[in-house]
Amino acid sequence: MGYVLIVGAKSDIAKALAHEYARQGFDLYLAARYSARLESEALDLRIRYGVKIAIFELDITAYEAHASFYEDLEPKPVGVIMVVGYLGNQAKAESDFSETMRIIETNYSGCISLLNIIANDLEQRKTGFIVGISSVAGDRGRKSNYLYGSAKGAFTIYLSGLRNRLSKPGVHVLTVKPGFVETRMTKGMNLPGRLTSTPAEVAHDIFAAQQKRKDVLYTKWFWRFIMLIIRHLPESIFKKMNL
Amino acid sequence: MEICNWGNYPRIDATLIDFDNAEDLLLPLAEKKSLIARGLGRCYGDSALNETIISTLRFNRLLAFDDNTGVLTCEAGVSLKEIIDVFMPRGWFLPVTPGTKYVTVGGAIASDVHGKNHHNAGTFSNHLISVAVLLSSGSIQSCSRHENGDLFWSTCGGMGMTGIIVQATFQLIPIPSSYIVQETLRAGNLGQIMELFETSIDWTYTVAWIDCLTTGKTQGRSILMRGKHAKAENLTQWKEATEPFAIKAASKINIPVFMPNWILSNSSVRLFNSLYYNKAPRHTQRSITDYDKFFYPLDSLINWNRIYGKRGFTQYQFVLPKEGSGKGLKKILARISAAGLGSFLGVLKLFGKQNNLISFPMEGYTLALDFPINERLFPFLDTLDDIVLDYGGRLYLTKDVRMSERIFRGGYKKSEKFIALKHRYDPQNKFQSMQSQRLGI
Repeated sequence: MGYVLIVGAKSDIAKALAHEYARQGFDLYLAARYSARLESEALDLRIRYGVKIAIFELDITAYEAHASFYEDLEPKPVGVIMVVGYLGNQAKAESDFSETMRIIETNYSGCISLLNIIANDLEQRKTGFIVGISSVAGDRGRKSNYLYGSAKGAFTIYLSGLRNRLSKPGVHVLTVKPGFVETRMTKGMNLPGRLTSTPAEVAHDIFAAQQKRKDVLYTKWFWRFIMLIIRHLPESIFKKMNL
Repeated sequence: MEICNWGNYPRIDATLIDFDNAEDLLLPLAEKKSLIARGLGRCYGDSALNETIISTLRFNRLLAFDDNTGVLTCEAGVSLKEIIDVFMPRGWFLPVTPGTKYVTVGGAIASDVHGKNHHNAGTFSNHLISVAVLLSSGSIQSCSRHENGDLFWSTCGGMGMTGIIVQATFQLIPIPSSYIVQETLRAGNLGQIMELFETSIDWTYTVAWIDCLTTGKTQGRSILMRGKHAKAENLTQWKEATEPFAIKAASKINIPVFMPNWILSNSSVRLFNSLYYNKAPRHTQRSITDYDKFFYPLDSLINWNRIYGKRGFTQYQFVLPKEGSGKGLKKILARISAAGLGSFLGVLKLFGKQNNLISFPMEGYTLALDFPINERLFPFLDTLDDIVLDYGGRLYLTKDVRMSERIFRGGYKKSEKFIALKHRYDPQNKFQSMQSQRLGI
């Protein structure tokens, strides 16, 4: 079935995706910073599912290393899932531009630097899939996280452009917009139970949407409607809201 | 956040700290506060409760498995359910399993759990090859029967007092199928069921459901269930024969809310017991059943603990040495039926030989009873404690929420040595639970 490349493999959603794809019989390339921490994860996946797992050290903001990283993957992956994300500290970023840059580079420039390279390869091979994990936060700017949201929004637009470009050569691009997910990133936040999903649920949704070659996935599904309403609120009202 | 264990009593406000790597724990270990490790929280009372709790649930990776020998190494947060799901299709099963698969490996070791095969397989620690414990010093110490034996024996059944169990290596057993050949037998009273246990000693698994409310000639009427792993030739149904290692999907039946307390009144329990007893066939009945129904009948009811209402419940589980078991059980059953505190589920089992440092089982009969919490309960259980102690028995720490230090020390003959070892490995008394504080450990 070939290798799937998961970038940002230490996150909770990435781990759940690794289980989901390995269970389905895919081999995995797991790439992340401090990748030594993935060793036990790899042992676990091999024992549970009998698939091949390879671990790679990768810093998404170290742009210059991206080409050689991808070059070294042999065989080339049948698909890539970009899970990298950094929520950052909105309040800090408002007065500290280095934090703002970190949010932008991790969520946007880093991801597209690598995806540009991968997209060229897949386009040439006329096969494969690209899954980008964006966020509902990218659908409309809110005061509580608009720096993260604007980077994710840019990533969403990038993915839609990529989908347009790669539709002819038959490379499938899926944009994923998770709502609230119970993960390390959201730990300590007071998330509403009914609107919150687990990483395993999100991974399951993503796998199904990727297999069905869907374009945009909101997970859980009702976020499509929540965001439809939020996007259509008049700005004159929206700007006064506490969201 | 508010945390309680399976009995829903007590509920306390606690900070839950989880970890992906053992190094993540160096920080909380360096702080002044005491800690206790916790897995799936299936102990009933206050064993895994403290203001600061280390949850092992994220630390749940399988690290090595030998297909030839069945030896598995994994992290402490792996649940028994995960082990079954992964290894049963390959023909391996747990060497010992408690009545729920929703416990972690760390919890199984800390409680040194037993199962329906205790009379021939002993406790979980009998199959444990080695265990790694994160000590209060921050170092990870490996131990086994041959290496650091003191740490090994004070960790098996030691309720997390020596440190945080982080990794374990143990033996899985080969099985011919995931099905069980089961026989169900009715016993009209306590004498009959004890005889049945004795004559069923060659069966791999034995357990009895016991009616704790009848008196006189029918006191202790019971239903014995005995089983062994089904071989290929036992599987006559097409579905079983074509998929001899089938895994059961997790149940979706949920008890969504706490039941009101009156549901478990004395008369409703009496009625249930009577229906249940009379439903069992008068004569021995043989059947093929799947592992999930045989080992984990209650797992199919998610949140079944809510049946006992908001105030929660406790399970009173004791063991009496074989000599004198009959007399002691009679006395205790008489007290229970007279008190009318409504014990829904009574489970009786004959343990085999065992004499560990701090593990619960010893050769003799163990009885486990659920009681909803109310103001009359604890004084009543205190009176049972004295009978248990009189007959040389003891209570299971994993189920306990209220026994006194006197009963603990009196029942666990080697408790002094255990406590001394706990303080040798944990000189700053870093690892404490509400239970250990109550018991003076």
